[in-house]
Amino acid sequence: MINLGQDEMAKYPFLADAGQYLKDKGFTLEQFASDPDLKLIIDKAIHRIETAAEGKIYRSDIVNDHAAKDASLPREVFSFLLAVVLLKLSGTHSLIRRFALAEARRAEKYLEKDLADTSEQEDLATQILRDLFSMNVQKNNDYFVIPASDYLKHSVSFHEREWKLVNRKVENGLVFLTSHETVRLVRKELGNYINTKIQNASVPSMIDSFSESIKRLTSLSKKFATTTISSGEYPPCIKHAIEVLEKGENLPHSGRFLLGTFLLSIGQSVEQIAPLFKNAPDYNEKITLYQLNHLAGISGSGTKYSCPSCEKLQSQNLCFATPQCNGIINPLQFGKKKTLNA
Amino acid sequence: MLEKDLKLLEDSFKKYYFDHFDLIHVPDRPAEREFGFQQFNSGMTRHLAIKNDKELRLLLMNNIPSDVYCSNAYYSFPNLQMTEKDWKEADLIFDIDSKDLHLNCRQDHTCIKCQSCNEVFVKDSKCPNCKSIKFDHRSLTCKNCIQSAKEEVKKLFHILSNDLGVEQQNIQVFFSGNEGFHVYAYNTQFQKLGSRERSELVDYIMFRGVIPETFGYKKSKPDKSSFLDFDESGWRGRLAKHLFGSKSKRSKQITQFLDNSNGYFAFQKKLEDARNEIGIKIDPNVTMDIHRIFRLPGSLNSKSGLTKQICNKIEEFNPFSDACFIDDEPTTVLANCPISFELKNKKYGPYQNERVSIPKHAAIYMICKGLVTSA
Repeated sequence: MINLGQDEMAKYPFLADAGQYLKDKGFTLEQFASDPDLKLIIDKAIHRIETAAEGKIYRSDIVNDHAAKDASLPREVFSFLLAVVLLKLSGTHSLIRRFALAEARRAEKYLEKDLADTSEQEDLATQILRDLFSMNVQKNNDYFVIPASDYLKHSVSFHEREWKLVNRKVENGLVFLTSHETVRLVRKELGNYINTKIQNASVPSMIDSFSESIKRLTSLSKKFATTTISSGEYPPCIKHAIEVLEKGENLPHSGRFLLGTFLLSIGQSVEQIAPLFKNAPDYNEKITLYQLNHLAGISGSGTKYSCPSCEKLQSQNLCFATPQCNGIINPLQFGKKKTLNA
Repeated sequence: MLEKDLKLLEDSFKKYYFDHFDLIHVPDRPAEREFGFQQFNSGMTRHLAIKNDKELRLLLMNNIPSDVYCSNAYYSFPNLQMTEKDWKEADLIFDIDSKDLHLNCRQDHTCIKCQSCNEVFVKDSKCPNCKSIKFDHRSLTCKNCIQSAKEEVKKLFHILSNDLGVEQQNIQVFFSGNEGFHVYAYNTQFQKLGSRERSELVDYIMFRGVIPETFGYKKSKPDKSSFLDFDESGWRGRLAKHLFGSKSKRSKQITQFLDNSNGYFAFQKKLEDARNEIGIKIDPNVTMDIHRIFRLPGSLNSKSGLTKQICNKIEEFNPFSDACFIDDEPTTVLANCPISFELKNKKYGPYQNERVSIPKHAAIYMICKGLVTSA
């Protein structure tokens, strides 16, 4: 367990044990609902959620590591804890996700600064990175170095090329990063951590006087519900695979794997897909059905195979990207548009 | 394969496993590994558990396998189905195969065997006998192939130890038994990495996916001082040596890029070209696969009859003698091998449908390549 001072608690409120914190400060949740003086903090909590929902980072009262006013530090923590309670009570998942990400980005700023200020001895920032995200950071002159294996575990979910290991300074098994990059590596996990914290927070079933606030959140969340519209058109890699087969040319195993898994994923049945392979030079109905059933998880180990990523297809020379492919990382996303209801 | 060829192969492989068991050992932590084998004219048997050398010997004697395999992965239950094995970690393995090096010599030592009439020929787009266009290719690896593969191994060794911090005593190099080398790295920080992370390591080693910014070339307002230089570590230093040749040319060449309005893209093109020159030519799929079983060191390769043999001094290693352990008992075969080859410092062929008496290791080599029938 990480020990936190008052300042640190305000920077990283998600590390606090919420129930314990309230108790230590001598408050109960009900008080916040009923005491008009504490009502201010509820407003602050709502504001914190609204800011997150708009995709912005909540600006706190902490300036240069110190609270602007003495009273504001506990307020910072309370507003976070109350935001968690309200979100949990409202059960609005789209808001919880946005809130978790925005809070992660807020904490990221402090982590970055704390890391840059790291002296020789271990401090909170390196401790958080190690204990929460199993990333061992050490300071090396102007750089922060982490073992290449730790780097890969975190960077592998990034799609921008600059994060590829080959585009990093690597020496003797270590990757050299700036404090910004080091902290950026854990943004998603920090978001997930906060998200899990919210999901697991124990809150009372309902507190009547919170109902007004919760209504506000529910109506806010409606703005962020998304619907997905699909054009129904196949992506170019799939069109290419089908063309090759139609021409009676040989489609490599990886291409057949792509076609099979893609069509199964969009809901076609093995029987619908099998005839596509009829023109293949080595077509054998029995083998085709066996392999498709295997992909679908109907036979074999029961594992259902998923459609390979665009990155994988590029390395297999099966990608024939068009401008319409921009921004997707898997063929299944092709032609799908998410729209906000707002 | 003909009955008598099969018998000769099985007898020779059995004799090898009997005479040379000292060359074949289970690897470290055998109880956590998956083993497998193939027999001549038969499919793969895998998901086997073998605890020690004695059990391995029993398997070899009872089954006379054409090929023997062992996982680089460690499992709690290696003999269960893949989904139930409980994967723990895996050694890093790299495969360098001379066929992936696209060398010019290759077509000179590749026999083409017609699938319809079994005629064997060289460099032709049609079977000279029956005009069929369906062939198998049989490469008789040459010294140049081995030398080039060795160069890749040395470059890989350098990256593993300097860039990736793998200690030299944890790296082992094996001749694959056919056309290349397998490089193993044990006890590294990468043991527990999954397939996606290993694929990033592969891209690093192959110099794939690089961007100009990494070498100091920013798209807007590029600054000469941030460009790569000779004494830098890792890819920046290696690319500097490759691109500029000598220190005196560096500054001039950078200026040329910066003066060109399309300099960024010209540099990007240079990076892509450099990939083929300085990227290490490993087989990416092998390193990414964390459930694969690999040819067991010390076992025979049925594509050649040569042994997968450890290379302690790669520079001096000569696979055509150091990995050739089948005996030299005179053996008569009907050889159809239009390309000559060398084993144990003796040259064989070319043979044009000739009955010849040659040492058994040469006969086995050609049978494995599909270029003779035993007479």
